[in-house]
Amino acid sequence: MIKNRRDFYAGLMFMIIGVLFMILSGQYKIGIASKMGPGYFPLILGGMLTFLGLFVALGSVSKSALKLNVEPFQLDIFVYILGGVGLFAAALKWDAGFIVALLALILVSSKASHEFSWRATLISVVVLAIASYLVFIKELQLQMPVLPKFIATSLGL
Amino acid sequence: MSELFTNLALGFTVAGTAANLYYCLIGVFLGTLIGVLPGIGPLATIAMLLPITYKMGDPTSSLIMLAGIYYGAQYGGSTTAILVNLPGESSSVVTALDGYQMARQGRAGPALSIAALSSFFAGTVATFLLAAFAPPLAELAFKFGPAEYFALMVLGLIAAVVLASGSIVKALAMVILGLLLGMIGTDVNSGVARFSFDIPELSDGIEFAVVAMGMFGFAEIMINLEQREKRETFTNAVSGLFPTMADLKASFGATLRGTALGSVLGILPGGGAVLASFSAYALEKKLSKTPEKFGTGMIQGVAAPEAANNAGAQTSFIPMLTLGIPTTPVMALMVAAMMIHNIQPGPQVMSSNPSLFWGLIVSMWIGNLFLVVLNLPLIGIWIKLLTVPYRVLFPAILLFCCIGAYSLNNNPFDVFMTIPFAILGYLFKKYDCEPAPLLLGFVLGKLMEEYLRRALTISRGDPMVFFQRPLSATLLAVAFLLLVIVLLPAVKAKRQEAFQGDD
Repeated sequence: MIKNRRDFYAGLMFMIIGVLFMILSGQYKIGIASKMGPGYFPLILGGMLTFLGLFVALGSVSKSALKLNVEPFQLDIFVYILGGVGLFAAALKWDAGFIVALLALILVSSKASHEFSWRATLISVVVLAIASYLVFIKELQLQMPVLPKFIATSLGL
Repeated sequence: MSELFTNLALGFTVAGTAANLYYCLIGVFLGTLIGVLPGIGPLATIAMLLPITYKMGDPTSSLIMLAGIYYGAQYGGSTTAILVNLPGESSSVVTALDGYQMARQGRAGPALSIAALSSFFAGTVATFLLAAFAPPLAELAFKFGPAEYFALMVLGLIAAVVLASGSIVKALAMVILGLLLGMIGTDVNSGVARFSFDIPELSDGIEFAVVAMGMFGFAEIMINLEQREKRETFTNAVSGLFPTMADLKASFGATLRGTALGSVLGILPGGGAVLASFSAYALEKKLSKTPEKFGTGMIQGVAAPEAANNAGAQTSFIPMLTLGIPTTPVMALMVAAMMIHNIQPGPQVMSSNPSLFWGLIVSMWIGNLFLVVLNLPLIGIWIKLLTVPYRVLFPAILLFCCIGAYSLNNNPFDVFMTIPFAILGYLFKKYDCEPAPLLLGFVLGKLMEEYLRRALTISRGDPMVFFQRPLSATLLAVAFLLLVIVLLPAVKAKRQEAFQGDD
């Protein structure tokens, strides 16, 4: 019977990552203590993590464990925030430029709030676009294309 | 002693230049700003600004600014704690207990000014401690060989585990996970790209700022958005900043004790500002003749933790500056900032870059002076800021983080990489795993491996080398003792009590 679900999943997570690193370390030369290969230290660490994960997971089913549930994941918030970040990166990767990236990030991530409103979001977009253009691109001279590439080329920039 | 004054004089000439005063002011201003705003902390802010400091050219100015953000946030955090009953920073959680009650009784002004004054006092004392203790410690560090460095890192990581809130075993696992993530990238010894899955960007390792932004910036935002809390603000209640004579008298002792406790805890690995404020509050309550009155608006409950968190924030620079070993995630970012400018942190910094070293220390005292000015007369501005709703704030934080991540290498890859760490950070929150030990492990990973390798190569593979050398044996023994002590049932119960209310 799993009593402390937070500990159970945490332990499981540590075990999975630990085993994964142990398997991957096996690809590299392990070596011996006096001549450590690139796989030596990560293999030991992976083993320790797996062991600790097992310990945590076993503790969660013991009689003395506290009864604790994991608070529900709110997937919509998750998707809006990380989706916005992903779109920002994608826009820059595929030459859409900073303005498009900013629009995508702010519009998508703002939806994550339960108090979302179009008016406030659009004001944010304008203010943030002007402010970050002035501070980051004009003042600090970050190397970042501002406009989409096809527009910039057709304008001859 | 006279050497101390020559050093401080050097510091004043460096920190007193117009450019450095300007960066110090910007730092403490930004620090206060993000300290006041709940939901964004010094860690994410420094991570965000780290790439920009690369452009600043002068490493002294960039460190002065970044340090200002850290201790400035300790001041700003108290404003929010007192006026909104929300900790602006995790280190001001306990300030909210009595500070907010004072605000409800119409005494927000005295609470704010006592918070600022006791912070200033603590900051001044801590600056002197830093100046006095750093040179002998650095001297000691020159005696360190690879075995001692390895042992010291073990001690540092164990201390971080012991001082983390929550389960010890989980914190230990988080450290190990951090060390493992630190392994990603090219192995300096063999040139093999480890765990890089043939992605060229990964063979350079993962940027620390990316991990910090994902885990502390983005994961925090997602968790904050899930909790739809109502805020009750006493922003109109600030009238008359001046504390009464009785207030000053009552807070004097508390400030002294908070400063002493905070200074000591700040030096300890993993301690920093958060633990300092908790312990100082607990101590005041224990010493008080009327402990039952704590939580109803006792001025000591504001003075002690505020002095402690500021002192702790400053003395936590000591191990970083003298040994080159970061003891808190914020210090890890400071190390990263030095490396950006090709300065290898360690005991040699004091002799090879004396102007940076002493300039930084003196700038902290100047910064504290700025903070009193920023916080008291300008309190109205910070109060206005508190009325900015979170729905407007968080997209801006996201944007600045994304820009910061991109500008690390002018590569969108680093922005993508924040996503897996945000997911991990979110899972950690849900499963009650504290991310701070992981960050420490992450920074120390490669260094630790390198020192272990060197120590074992010299000893021809004999692990006894760590126990035969007296310094390293002592450090390891202390680490072991720490671990045993916290696992004793009696201490375990006390520890849970100490962290109560910390979530």
